[in-house]
Amino acid sequence: MDIINALVVFANFVFVPGLAYGAQLALGALGVTLVYGILRFSNFAHGDTMAFGTMAAILVTRGLQAMGISFGPLPTALIALPFAIAATAALVLATDRGIYRFYRKVRAAPVILVIVSMGVMFVMNALTRFIIGVDEINFADGGRFIIAAREFKELTGLAEGLAIRTTQVITVVTAAVAVGLLFWFLGNTRTGKSMRAYSDNEDLALLSGINPERVVAVTWIIVAALATTAGVLYGLDKSFKAFTYFQLLLPIFAAAIVGGLGSPLGAIAGGFLIAFSEVTVTYAWKRVLGYLLPADLAPEGLVQLMSTDYKFAVSFAILVIVLLFRPTGLFRGKSV
Amino acid sequence: MRKLLLASTAAALVAGAASAEDIKIGIMLGFTGPLESLAPDMAAGAELAINEIAAAGTLLGGGHTITAIRGDSTCIDAAAAVAAAERLVTSDKVNGIMGADCSGVTGAILQNVARPNGVVMISPSATSPGLSTAEDDGLFFRTAPSDARQGQVMSDILKDRGISSVAVSYTNNDYGKGLADSFQAAFTAAGGTVTLSAPHEDGKADYSAEMGALASAGGELLVVAGYIDQGGAGITNAALDSGAFDTFMFPDGMFSQALEDNFAAKTEGSFGQHPGTDSDGLAKFHEAGAAAGFNPKNAFSPESYDAAALILLAMQAAGSTDPKVYKDKVLDVANAPGEPIQPGELAKAIEILAAGGDIDYVGASAVELIGPGESAGSYREFEMKGGKIETVRFR
Repeated sequence: MDIINALVVFANFVFVPGLAYGAQLALGALGVTLVYGILRFSNFAHGDTMAFGTMAAILVTRGLQAMGISFGPLPTALIALPFAIAATAALVLATDRGIYRFYRKVRAAPVILVIVSMGVMFVMNALTRFIIGVDEINFADGGRFIIAAREFKELTGLAEGLAIRTTQVITVVTAAVAVGLLFWFLGNTRTGKSMRAYSDNEDLALLSGINPERVVAVTWIIVAALATTAGVLYGLDKSFKAFTYFQLLLPIFAAAIVGGLGSPLGAIAGGFLIAFSEVTVTYAWKRVLGYLLPADLAPEGLVQLMSTDYKFAVSFAILVIVLLFRPTGLFRGKSV
Repeated sequence: MRKLLLASTAAALVAGAASAEDIKIGIMLGFTGPLESLAPDMAAGAELAINEIAAAGTLLGGGHTITAIRGDSTCIDAAAAVAAAERLVTSDKVNGIMGADCSGVTGAILQNVARPNGVVMISPSATSPGLSTAEDDGLFFRTAPSDARQGQVMSDILKDRGISSVAVSYTNNDYGKGLADSFQAAFTAAGGTVTLSAPHEDGKADYSAEMGALASAGGELLVVAGYIDQGGAGITNAALDSGAFDTFMFPDGMFSQALEDNFAAKTEGSFGQHPGTDSDGLAKFHEAGAAAGFNPKNAFSPESYDAAALILLAMQAAGSTDPKVYKDKVLDVANAPGEPIQPGELAKAIEILAAGGDIDYVGASAVELIGPGESAGSYREFEMKGGKIETVRFR
C-alpha cells in the first residue's frame, strides 16, 4: 500500500505535470527547430507567435460560445484551433513577405535575422496586448478534471490523491497527434521531402528545381500551426497572459538546443528532458521516501536536492553541459 | 511697432507664468508588470485627489494649475523605473512623486532619483520593512503600513483560527521576502510552525516544481505572499490542480478584483488581509470613486488618494511647492492635532491651512503616520464565502 501511495505522490507532483509541461515545450521547440533547420535562424518571435495564436483561439472561442456551440466535456478552444491556426499562418506569412523575405534575398547573416526576429517579437507582443489586453484570461471550459485529487482518494481509499486534468490529457494526446502528422508529412509527402532537401543543402535543392518560396511558405504555415497548438494547450492548461509566452522562450530554446537544433526528434526529447529535469531535481522527496522507507528511517528534512529557486539553473546547466560535450545536441542537429 | 507688441506679449506671458505656477505631481505606478491590474485604479484614486484640489482652485492662494503626470514604474524593473522617475523629475519637473508602488523599485527610485534631486515621495503601497530604515533625508513617506506589521497581523489571524502549521510561498523580491520573513518571525514566536518558506519567480511558465516541494513539506494551509497577476495566481492554481492545498491565506499582494473573479469560488473558506479600514472616509471615497468612473475598492486605491492629497496639503501648510520645504509638513498635516479631514473635504483643509489652522488628515485609509513616516496600518480580514470576498473584521 505504501508503495502505491509513494507512486501516486510521484505521479501527482512529478510525472503528470512534467509530462504535460514537456509536451508543451516539445511542440514549441519543434517550431523553433523547424525555423532554424529550414530558414536558418533562431526565431525569437516564436513565443509571441504562440501568444498571438492563443489570442486568436480565445477570440474565436468567445464567438463560438456566444453562438452556443460547445464541445461537450472538451474545451471549446479545440474547435477554435483551426481558425486560430489560419489567422496565425496569415500573420506569419505576411511577416515573412514584409520582413524576412528581404533579408533572405540579400542573404543576410543569421545573426542579423535573429535581431530582426527580436523586432518582430516586440511588434507581435504589442499587437497581442493591444488586441486582447494584459489581463489573465481563463478560456478553458468543459470538464476541468478527469479525476480530481479528492475523488481519487475516495475511489481508491489511498491516503494520497492523484489529480489528472482534462487539459493535461488533451495536451499529451494533441501533442502526439501533431508530432505524428509532422513526421508523416516530412517523411512521406513531396513537399515534406523538398523541405528536408532545402534544409540539408539549399543550393542543391534549388538546382533540382525546388521552389524556395513554396518551401518557406509551407514551413511558416507548419510553424504557425505548431506554435498555435502549443500556445493554446499551454493556455488551456495554465491560463492565458500575453506576457508569459515571452518567458516560455527560454525553456523552449533550451529544449531545442539540447535536442539538437534542426532535429525534430531532438526537439521532442529536449522538451521532455528540460521539463522533467526542472521538476525532478528540485522536487522534495520527503513524502515519497516517507512511504518507501521504514518508519524509523523516514526523513525529517525535505530531501530536496536543490531549492526550487534554482529551477532555471537546472535547464541552463544541462544546456551548458550539452554544449560543452556535444555541441550539436543529443540528436546531432546543426551546430550553433 | 509689431516687434514691440510681440515683446510685450511675451513679457506678459512670462510674468503670468511666474505668478501662476504649474504644480505637477508625478504618479509613478506599475502600469505594466505584475501589478498592472491595480495600477489604473490607484492612479485614478490619486488623480481624484489632485482634481479635487485643482477644481477648488484655492491651493497656495489660487491661480495655479495642478496636473498629474504618469510614469511607469513597471513594479519590478528598477532600471526602467529609475529612468522613468528621472524623466519625471528632470524633464517634467514634478514637485512631488506619488509612488512608487512595489517595494524594490520604490527603494531604487528613492536612492537614485528622489534623494539626489530632493523630491518628496509618498508611496501608497510599498510595504517592505526594509524601507522603514532606508536613508531618505526625510523625503520618503508611505500611506501603506510596513509588512513587519502585516506579518504580525497574519500570525494573529492564524492563531485566532486555530491554525498552527503552514507552508509559505513568496514572490522572490523585496516585498515577498520581507513579508515572508516578518510573518515567519511573528508566527514562530507565537508558537506556530512554518513547514517550508520557499520563493517563486514571477512570470514563470510552470509551477509544478514549486508545488511539489510545498506539498511534500505539508501544512494546514498555504500562505501565498505573491502577486495576483503573476506567480501568486500560478502557485494557487498549481496547488488547487494537484490537490496539494485547498485552503489559502492571501496577503495584500493577492487581493484584487481578479482574486474574487478567478479564485473565490475555488478556494471557499480561504482568507487573507489587506490594508484597509471601515472608516466613514473609506465609504466616502468609494462613493466619489464610483462617481469618477473607476473601481475604488481595488487594493491601494484609497492609499493612493491619500498619498496625493498629503503632498498637496503639505505644500499648502508649508506655503511652498518646493519639496525641500514642504517635506517637513507632511507629518504635521497627516497627524493630530487638528481638524479631521475626510475625502471630499480637501478644499476645506486648504481653507483651514491657509487661515493658519491645523488639520489631521484622516482620508480614505484613516492615515496615521508613525515612526519614519509610514502608516500605522489597520487591516481588513476577508474570507471567501459563497464565491465572494466577504469582510470578516478589521484589525
